[in-house]
Amino acid sequence: MKKLPILFLLLPVLLLAPALAPASSEGPCGAVQCDRVKVDLNDKPSLQNGARIFVNYCLSCHSASYMRYNRMGQDLGISEELITENLLFAADKIGDLMKAVMPKEDAKDWFGTAPPDLTLEARARSPEWIYTYLRSFYRDNKSPSGWNNTVFPNVAMPHVLYEWQGHQRAVFKTEKGMAHFEKFELERPGTLSPKEYDKAMRDLTNFMVYLGEPAKLERTQLGVYVLIFLLVFLVLAYLLKKAYWKDIH
Amino acid sequence: MSKKDVDPQRRTLLQATTAVGVVGAGFAAVPFVKSMTPSARAKAAGAPVEVDIGNLQPGKVMTVEWQGKPVWILRRSPEMLKSLQEVEPKLVDPKSQVADQQPSYAQNATRSIKPEVLVVIGICTHLGCSPKKELAAGSISPDWEGGFYCPCHGSKFDLAGRVYKNVPAPTNLKVPQHTYVTDSRILIGVDPKAKKGAA
Amino acid sequence: MQKLLAWIDERFPATKVWEEHVSKYYAPKNFNFWYYFGSLAMVVLVIQILSGIFLTMHYKPDTGLAFASVEYIMRDVPWGWLIRYLHSTGASFFFIVVYLHMFRGLMYGSFKGPRELVWIIGMVIFIALMAEAFMGYLLPWGNMSYWGAQVIISLFDAIPLVGPALSEWIRGDFVVADATLNRFFSLHVIAVPLLLLVLVFLHIVALHKVGSNNPDGVDIKKKKDAKGVPLDGIAFHPYYTVKDTVGTVVFLMFFSAVVFFTPEVGGWFLEHDNFVPANILNTPPDIKPLWYFTPFYSILRATTEELVRFGLIPFVVLLAALTVVSIRNIKAKAVTILAAVVLLVGFLMLEAKVWGVVLMGLSLVLFFFLPWLDRSPVKSIRYRGWMYKTTLGIFVVSFVVLGFLGTRNPGHVDLILFQNVRWAQVLTVVYFMFFLLMPWVSTYDKTKPVPERVTWK
Repeated sequence: MKKLPILFLLLPVLLLAPALAPASSEGPCGAVQCDRVKVDLNDKPSLQNGARIFVNYCLSCHSASYMRYNRMGQDLGISEELITENLLFAADKIGDLMKAVMPKEDAKDWFGTAPPDLTLEARARSPEWIYTYLRSFYRDNKSPSGWNNTVFPNVAMPHVLYEWQGHQRAVFKTEKGMAHFEKFELERPGTLSPKEYDKAMRDLTNFMVYLGEPAKLERTQLGVYVLIFLLVFLVLAYLLKKAYWKDIH
Repeated sequence: MSKKDVDPQRRTLLQATTAVGVVGAGFAAVPFVKSMTPSARAKAAGAPVEVDIGNLQPGKVMTVEWQGKPVWILRRSPEMLKSLQEVEPKLVDPKSQVADQQPSYAQNATRSIKPEVLVVIGICTHLGCSPKKELAAGSISPDWEGGFYCPCHGSKFDLAGRVYKNVPAPTNLKVPQHTYVTDSRILIGVDPKAKKGAA
Repeated sequence: MQKLLAWIDERFPATKVWEEHVSKYYAPKNFNFWYYFGSLAMVVLVIQILSGIFLTMHYKPDTGLAFASVEYIMRDVPWGWLIRYLHSTGASFFFIVVYLHMFRGLMYGSFKGPRELVWIIGMVIFIALMAEAFMGYLLPWGNMSYWGAQVIISLFDAIPLVGPALSEWIRGDFVVADATLNRFFSLHVIAVPLLLLVLVFLHIVALHKVGSNNPDGVDIKKKKDAKGVPLDGIAFHPYYTVKDTVGTVVFLMFFSAVVFFTPEVGGWFLEHDNFVPANILNTPPDIKPLWYFTPFYSILRATTEELVRFGLIPFVVLLAALTVVSIRNIKAKAVTILAAVVLLVGFLMLEAKVWGVVLMGLSLVLFFFLPWLDRSPVKSIRYRGWMYKTTLGIFVVSFVVLGFLGTRNPGHVDLILFQNVRWAQVLTVVYFMFFLLMPWVSTYDKTKPVPERVTWK
């Protein structure tokens, strides 16, 4: 075919581009490497645990103002009674949106900046960012809250879950006059072991991925059926085409 | 529109492909049509409403909003209750036999769960105006026993929301699903015995 | 049924139009893969209009409500997420299809006479499509929406004299604000779609007047049978209606795969930065338009003082010299020299960013002139010489790589050796060379004899 040479020129370039550029800037976790996290929206227990952690620890300052309690209950398999009894302290009715407990103006006064809404955080940043961020807080006496974070330097947020993780110290190595993060050292252990803490943060990250797009599970399941249907239709349409085009060839 | 349908193979293929295509189009239409039904936000706004009738005196009526509609709660006095039986000959559907207009537990002489307390949607069943409350006997005319009068086209309803004969409105005022959470708190929009409430 | 049709036909040219444009419209029988994209473009247009109508039922064009209304659609509206993804995926697929559709034109000479008007109307459609996509992208009021619009509208500032007033007129405010959002909503939902529908109608009318081209570039109307039907023609219906159905289903499979399994496409179709509401105090670290605008964005950014001085000035001098030597007409020679002088003065006096806007515009405008830049007697690439094939291939590579570079930081080195901006500058020149050298390439290229009848290769 005469157009083959053109295709050969196109192909490597087309294949290269997306591989080289995941469309976002380099270094998604700032100066540090992102840790991998296994997101699995089919893991209901994990999502439920994540929901529990989110409502109990995050919702005090951060809102998830595009999500409704009853939708969360339906998708995660938590009954309305359970939600009303255990998770509904920031709202009146189960159909309400998940607003933060702390008023925004107060939060801005106390932290210098309003804690952002977290509904879409997993889509705006990435699950890896959230997972790494939640485990990268370290003690820093120079910061107003006493905490700093290698993924988000000088973040105004304190380490909310320090009781679980314990106190970490960040070890920096100086190379060519620049300080590079090397590793964390656990100064004071928390109530959870590092492995347990990691699992809890994985659950929280998993939940936040769900929070960002509740329809995700439904859409992948439906997609399979759609493609199967289209395949069947394709076979019929193709046979029909061949039946008519017999005349031409 | 093709004359080539004479070929049987072609005809069956055409029919089969068209059928599958129509089915596909039907499936594809579903999300669009469904997207126009009440959203989660609308449903949340239309959620059940709890009302405290502890301070409602006999003979008095209060209005609350539920699903964007006015709901009247009338605590009927003994005289009002007595009048219900007397007006029955003048009514279209005194026994509330049109099932759509009230839940089964309100299909009785007083159209209510508790005899004194009437819970009814304040929208005329003719064309949707909200009737005026004319609870006092004799207020509209000498033989008026008390009830509701719709100014738009003159429909009349008694103190159980039942429609009078010879008026434009065809049916009794609607009684919404409701249940007593306590003796003095009504939850509008939910059936008794924790049955799933209105959407 | 027949009687109803007769009743209608007495009052409306139903059967006449059906026969003239569908059942007795004779298209060449050798259409190949590249000929699916016209009908596919119509399919995508329908998808966009349908999904757009249903999105508009729930979307709120107010800076305080817009972002939340999109999440409302994604969560609270039954099937809202699907309608939203249909629309966002459709936007990108529209450009994939349209670029391939245009490439077919470049390959088979579909832009050449007597189809110049079909091509021109098509180019107008392309520009309207870009405007539609640009305005549509502001509507979610995400951070990338806001800053992308802010940057691109500011480009108009560069126009001498009227620039700043024009930008303010477009925005309706001093910066992109609620007024801008509301008017973009009106234009995106009503004005440009109506315009697109009219243009597509005109595009097809113009095409049907002269008849479709084909991969061999052979004029099928030259050889007709006793009944006046082209020997190499087949009725559009049922042959191409049935074939395009197959094409549509294959397309829908690719389309559905994206919609249901990866609507973001790693940030290429739905940018991560846009999941954050517009923040006038916080610009995203790398502002870039969506992938389909990136080649042109690249050309805009590549036009720096250096490019003007060391690229454009010598280029204009060379081109003027070539033109003056090649043409005989004294008046034309004078005009060429005058134009070159004006340009050179402009290069020296106006800022580079003005020329960036000019070049970006020119990169589109040059397409309009293709029918006259191409002086080859042969239409299809199948019968052209190695020069056209090479220049077209290089043009495509430059377009794609420019697009890639448009997504990267200009100061980085993402290809080899040189900074991205340097590569972008070189490729910008290469891009323009395709158009500007075409008169000579097409004249001196050695063509092959074109067959009398179509072939199937």
